[in-house]
Amino acid sequence: MSKAFIPTAARPGVITANDLREGHNVWMCEDGWTPDPAQATLYEDEAIAELALLKAIGQDNLVVGPYMVEARRGPNGPEPTHFREAFRQKGPSNYFHGIQTTKKSEAAHV
Amino acid sequence: MFDARPSDTDYVRHRVSQFRAQVARRLDGSLTEDEFRPLRLMNGVYLQLHAYMLRIAIPYGTLSPDQMRMLAYLAEHYDKGYGHWTTRTNMQFNWPKLVEIPDMLDHLASVNLHAIQTSGNTIRNTTTDAFAGAAADEITDPRPYAELIRKWSTDHAEFQFLPRKFKIAISGGKRDRALVPAHDIGLRIVEKDGQRGFEVWVGGGLGRTPMLGSVIRDFLPEQDLLPYLEAIIATYNLTGRRDNKYKARIKITVSERGLDVFKADVEDDFKFRRLEFHGVDQEALAEFRERFAAPAFRNAAVDGFEAERAANPAFRSWTDTNLHPHKIDGYASVIVTFKAPGATPGDASAEQMRLLAELAEKYGHDDIRVSHDQNVVLPHVHKADLPALYLALREAGLATANAGKTSDIIACPGMDYCTLATARSIPIAQEIAEHFRAVGLEDEIGKLNIRISGCINACGHHHLGHIGILGLDRAGVENYQITLGGDGYDIPAIGQRAGAGFPAEEVVPAIDRLLRAYLEIREDENERFIDAYRRLGPAPFKAVLYPETVDA
Repeated sequence: MSKAFIPTAARPGVITANDLREGHNVWMCEDGWTPDPAQATLYEDEAIAELALLKAIGQDNLVVGPYMVEARRGPNGPEPTHFREAFRQKGPSNYFHGIQTTKKSEAAHV
Repeated sequence: MFDARPSDTDYVRHRVSQFRAQVARRLDGSLTEDEFRPLRLMNGVYLQLHAYMLRIAIPYGTLSPDQMRMLAYLAEHYDKGYGHWTTRTNMQFNWPKLVEIPDMLDHLASVNLHAIQTSGNTIRNTTTDAFAGAAADEITDPRPYAELIRKWSTDHAEFQFLPRKFKIAISGGKRDRALVPAHDIGLRIVEKDGQRGFEVWVGGGLGRTPMLGSVIRDFLPEQDLLPYLEAIIATYNLTGRRDNKYKARIKITVSERGLDVFKADVEDDFKFRRLEFHGVDQEALAEFRERFAAPAFRNAAVDGFEAERAANPAFRSWTDTNLHPHKIDGYASVIVTFKAPGATPGDASAEQMRLLAELAEKYGHDDIRVSHDQNVVLPHVHKADLPALYLALREAGLATANAGKTSDIIACPGMDYCTLATARSIPIAQEIAEHFRAVGLEDEIGKLNIRISGCINACGHHHLGHIGILGLDRAGVENYQITLGGDGYDIPAIGQRAGAGFPAEEVVPAIDRLLRAYLEIREDENERFIDAYRRLGPAPFKAVLYPETVDA
């Protein structure tokens, strides 16, 4: 999993990190950070993405370890392209814990 | 130099208050994450795939009922109702909030537990035989030595920034049940000419470069233990590689420099170290021996036990599988596996932890052990109490008769939790356990060690599995390599890769082919999988793993 992913229009990306105080996964969105990956801002332009990542890194008092990672445009928002990010967006497979408990769309068919 | 502190608890509480202040400074922006990370790691706080993780040291795997109850309390109040036994006999909580971790550590301090040196390039929790102090084949209880090592290594100023993490194991049995050759330093208690001492192993380890250690001293007198350990670790501290994280463990130092060269440096250093130890360590050891004195064993008839065995096949099966021979007549050590079909290997609910605390008080002389295979042992149970104990365990789903069998799988948390993982481990373990339970072959297969790691770092000890499974990321898809022939016990061996990896859905069919072939070709039911593998070599097993290659 490369943390130096640079998004393009063909291969867009999102910025993700962990919440400093509680540790859960968060994604950068228009007005800050969201625990809902579907709300994440999808970056398709290298320069804009770079600025956004710098901004994320500057929010060290809110989040831990922000990085840019590939995502694809989906009907309900950005979707993961790699299984690691898919697990981060869902939660563990052995228990119904983590993000899956708060995402209505996925909870409905679990 | 050994530093006997007036009170462990004062020290632990001091460390908690330090950490509480560090967390506050991190939250108010005084500390950046780069500054804070080493501080949190020193206190066992990792950031994992979904959340923070707190790793709590369980010294040499020994817990009192009160300590077990505290872990249950933390699981309920600060986590999601469960904890996870690790292969270093620690407990991990997968969902703590950073802001609450100082409170968790305060609670732990009240029962003299902590998370110090469960991370970082320091000397980690010393592990030992889960049957220490109980095993019939034991020379002496290794835990007083393990406690001496713990006291000496905790906050040891010289060894806080080693080239890499450092793991020590000590075994007191004639059979090694502590994976001595797979440790940075391994100690086997031996006797020579009526004197007690240690066979000292160095340079073992798993991970990306698995190696079994070598014997650096075949007999080290007991009183030289700490100065000799210091000499080894000081030599490693100075000569271990710091330029490359992947070559920084002592196994690489010893193999690159050569055992003889390394040993010469150690022996030179040892001459001087030894002069600095004036006996305070031996006084402490004498005190620890008293602390670990055997409980007041009792005499009782075992007729009820034998009658229940005769009357109840499920009880007989459990006693055949989940008991270990005890040094005292009428007693047994009980293995409580956390590997029920469908369960996550090593996960314990708060209710299960409380029940074990209660049962340890009622039937087990207040003693509980965590084993490196992610199970819990009640080391001292009189056989007269086993029927009642079994019933209580069964009601809690803790009486699965599978210790040492196919479904008693070691599995790391894998990509369900771990940020280093390259694939998941838990679902593979669950599927294998469920499959062999469903097809009813587990009893026929008998003793078998399956070990699963979700990345090359090998927390699941896959190299030591008779069958090892290593989860990898192959072009964005989970893929599993199978290794064969590993052994962590009688004839230590590193498993060898059988061939190309399998997609997740093909792992269970592959293991099924492997074990059905074993049942066909074994000499008799006493020949374990590993014995058949040693007798026949890998060829017949590879042939069933990769039938298309053979056909072609």
